Amino acid sequence: MSTNGTPSGSQTLGAQTDAHASSDFVTMMVADQLFGIPVLSVQDVLGPQRITRIPLAPPEVAGALNLRGRIVTAIDVRRRLSLPARETNVSSMSIVVDKAGELYSLAVDNVGEVLSLPGEAYERTPPTLDAQWREVAAGIYRLDGRLMVVLDVARLLDIRRAEAA
Amino acid sequence: MDDLLREFLTECSENLAVLDQELVKLERNPNDPKMLGNIFRLVHTVKGTCGFLGLPRLERTAHAAENVLGKLRDGELEVTPHAVTLILETLDCIKSLLAALEANGVEPEGSDDDLKARLNAFAEGKGAIAAPAPTTVAVSAPTPVPIAPSTPVATAVTTSTPVAASAPAPTGTAPVAAIQVAPSLVMAEPEFAAVEAPSVDPAPTTSPPATVVPAAPAASAAPAAEQKDSAIAAQSIRVSVDVLENLMTMVSELVLTRNQLLQTLRSQKDSEFATPLQRLNHVTSELQEGVMKTRMQPIGSAWAKLPRVVRDLGHELGKRIELVMLGADTELDRQVLELIKDPLMHMVRNSADHGLEVPTERKAAGKPESGHITLNAFHEGGHIIIEIRDDGRGLPIGKIKEKAVTNGWATEAELASMSDQQIAQFIFKAGLSTASKVTNVSGRGVGMDVVKTNIEKIGGTIELKSVPGKGSTFVIKIPLTLAIVSALIVECAGERFAIPQISVLELVRAADGSEHTIERVKGSAFLRLRDRLLPLVNLKSLLQLGDDTISTKEAFIVVTQVGANTFGIMVDRVFDTEEIVVKPVAPILRDIPIFSGNTILGDGSVIMILDPNGIAIRAGERSDDSSTATQEAQVTRKDDRISLLIFRAGDQTQKAVPLALVARLEEIDAKSIELSNGRPVVQYRGKLMPLIPVDGMQQVATEGRQPILVFADNHHSMGLMVDEIMDIVEERMKLELKSERAGLMGSAIISGKSTEIIDAQHYLTMAFQDWFGVSNGSEFGDSEVAQKRILLVDDSPFFRNLLGPLLMVAGYEVTTAESGDQALGFCEAGMDFDLIVSDIEMPGMSGFDFAEAVRAHARWSATPIVALTAHTSPKELERGRAVGFVDYIAKTDRDGLLGSLSQTLSNVTRAA
Repeated sequence: MSTNGTPSGSQTLGAQTDAHASSDFVTMMVADQLFGIPVLSVQDVLGPQRITRIPLAPPEVAGALNLRGRIVTAIDVRRRLSLPARETNVSSMSIVVDKAGELYSLAVDNVGEVLSLPGEAYERTPPTLDAQWREVAAGIYRLDGRLMVVLDVARLLDIRRAEAA
Repeated sequence: MDDLLREFLTECSENLAVLDQELVKLERNPNDPKMLGNIFRLVHTVKGTCGFLGLPRLERTAHAAENVLGKLRDGELEVTPHAVTLILETLDCIKSLLAALEANGVEPEGSDDDLKARLNAFAEGKGAIAAPAPTTVAVSAPTPVPIAPSTPVATAVTTSTPVAASAPAPTGTAPVAAIQVAPSLVMAEPEFAAVEAPSVDPAPTTSPPATVVPAAPAASAAPAAEQKDSAIAAQSIRVSVDVLENLMTMVSELVLTRNQLLQTLRSQKDSEFATPLQRLNHVTSELQEGVMKTRMQPIGSAWAKLPRVVRDLGHELGKRIELVMLGADTELDRQVLELIKDPLMHMVRNSADHGLEVPTERKAAGKPESGHITLNAFHEGGHIIIEIRDDGRGLPIGKIKEKAVTNGWATEAELASMSDQQIAQFIFKAGLSTASKVTNVSGRGVGMDVVKTNIEKIGGTIELKSVPGKGSTFVIKIPLTLAIVSALIVECAGERFAIPQISVLELVRAADGSEHTIERVKGSAFLRLRDRLLPLVNLKSLLQLGDDTISTKEAFIVVTQVGANTFGIMVDRVFDTEEIVVKPVAPILRDIPIFSGNTILGDGSVIMILDPNGIAIRAGERSDDSSTATQEAQVTRKDDRISLLIFRAGDQTQKAVPLALVARLEEIDAKSIELSNGRPVVQYRGKLMPLIPVDGMQQVATEGRQPILVFADNHHSMGLMVDEIMDIVEERMKLELKSERAGLMGSAIISGKSTEIIDAQHYLTMAFQDWFGVSNGSEFGDSEVAQKRILLVDDSPFFRNLLGPLLMVAGYEVTTAESGDQALGFCEAGMDFDLIVSDIEMPGMSGFDFAEAVRAHARWSATPIVALTAHTSPKELERGRAVGFVDYIAKTDRDGLLGSLSQTLSNVTRAA
């Protein structure tokens, strides 16, 4: 499955205030938690890739991979969110996003469907949420029986070295 | 802003830049009519274009200047420094108006009446009007935009404001106008790259595209010049930088794809793709070269502003400064050029401000009143080297020491043990300025560290040399191309990395029992490499990929050099060299100094590119005492130990010869040995090589392999036949029993066994005299070195026998003396030599004393002396130089000695 950002309507996260508008999200699972990224931010979805380790990089950086001739920095989302590491035999998928012209791939457990979610289901990030998650979350959607955390890609990719130490 | 205006602004900036240079030149040759004509025409063009485009203020100001220039050209007025200053001020005013125009699209309000009044007054012959009122080119609200630090060219602005601020001092108002000079120039330039024919002729820029038709002003110029203009202009066109960048990126991708194809092809035996791919390969390489060339610009364009700046500085500081620029047409990549413009400016201003003395001081010191700043640029081995030299007072080591202590960078004790060279390095630390006051020009102490960082950012290095009282020299070395480089692929801990080929000096395989072994001193690893100890960096541990243990089983060392330091990087495996496209690392990884980029190999895998610079820094931080360890190790190591080749010949006794004398070890097929004149010879490398047995009793092999030791110089070889080559060891040489037998120097204990040390000189004499039938010295060696007489002074018979033949083989006539006294005896006896080579550590009269005696003696005072020694500490070198030694060589450094001798002798003949 490969979705490229299509120039559809100008629905951004900011438009959430309109209760009747709906937004599209690519959903993914990371350690049994459902996350979503606005569909327009997603460049690519990849299966398991050959990743080159980068010595001395922050621990959240899993390495680098080659995507059709471009070098993509692979981010271990579990690590970034301080979740336990994946069992090695569980295959992973990646979501490729673009930040300031650079490509990054977010390694997640698996990628789900694209959901179109109504504005009513949106909630602001609760202050009781874990501090690190609060930093990267842009809100929560209430779905049937579960919650989907919206990921703010820019803040997710803001990995400070001090944090890693 | 419309295209027309944009074109006009670019062109005008270029014209103004040229005008700056021309005016400075004019000041030196005030009566050069051609130059005056040129300048007049340029200003005239500016005026005309302004008028055409409806820019009245600019037009009027330019007109006033043109007036004055017209009179100067016609000889009605004299070209005085004041006149030049006035015109320069006008140019600055125009530049600031242009900057405002660029920022806002319209001319700023106001008028330049005051300036015009002065120009007109001057034109009338009323002479200078001192201390004018502030010009009305006020810093109106819109104009601060160019100075705002948020402009993308922020760095350029901050370092160039001092430049502008130093505009003609007499007019205190000029700084206001001039501050906008730098940004406008800097901003205008990046917009367009002119792909021009090398000759920078001021005139061609007056033939712009058809849209702007300053035909009227151009027509008034001499028709001949105009024809010349269009001819030159036709050879070049303007191309937007973006277009070039795009082209460059596309070509890079093409190179990558080609690599992939070649990689795939390699794995296939026969393929019909092979031939077309080869074509593609060649074409791609040529395309790559061609595109790279479009990005090359002569460094002269970075130097363009300097004459004006230096002139202004000279006036401001009351010094006389001559700026010499050599190699201005040396080309380098545009990106690199942009990055070094400011560092160069900074260093030149430092030289002018701190380095050069005022004329009175210079005269007192016996120097010419004009200080010289010389810029020299040239290509060398894949790099561009830029030297900035001044003949001023050199770096103030004392003051630097003070500042170092004040800022806590080093203690007094540490400083005392450092050489002047090392202390000078402190100027690269942020916050150091030994200027007693901060001027507009320099003194803020934020300069050199920024310079160094900027240069290192592009993979370059900067070094400095300073001689107190004589001057300072900065040498910048920058790699020529940025995007596509050749890289050596290596493996470490299962991961592959690339090292730019340019940084690789050589590759060494080190293993237990091989010629090169890895040794440890104080926990740091070193490699013996041709009489040097090379510090090693364990890449595995530096990258934290494994443990610190260094396996001595087998390792590959990549020898690399950063600045003046040579060191080796230990890796597990070495693959081949590939051409790679350097891609910058992701922002998250930017602050890891070890990586200078990453790339995709032909097989599609991503690998990191190592930066030797960064590795050196990282390694240096981790083991700070390794450098002192090296020094100590080197000193003790050179003492007494000599490499000896052990062999057997004729009988079972162990024999040895100094390895330094042996050129090669060969094993030849016995069947290829022929007889000539009853003597065995073999055809070797296209020549006949005589074969000499070590021992008369030796049997010359008639079948199988015959091992030989080859002694050679540039032209002749001789093979010493042995029975078996056994080993190469390094031992302290202590000759025990002297021998009476010809061919044998004596015996020594080597590797625990009694060994006969052969006299190489004897065999060489045998070979060459017999075969070439003439006495030493005239047949072999270069004709330049033939018959140069060398006196070798050394108390050790072993060394005399080692070096004597060495020099003989090189074609010199050698006389030996075993002490300084004996040598001086030769002098008394009336003997003359072309060069003296002397040991330092001798009983009785030491080498230093001997040198002093030689210098004092009338007969030999002009003979150059070279020192041989085991000790090379900086203090020793100083003393040696003070006493009169021309050079210092390690005793066991054969190549170094020969090189030094030939250079010294050729210097002498040149001087003679």
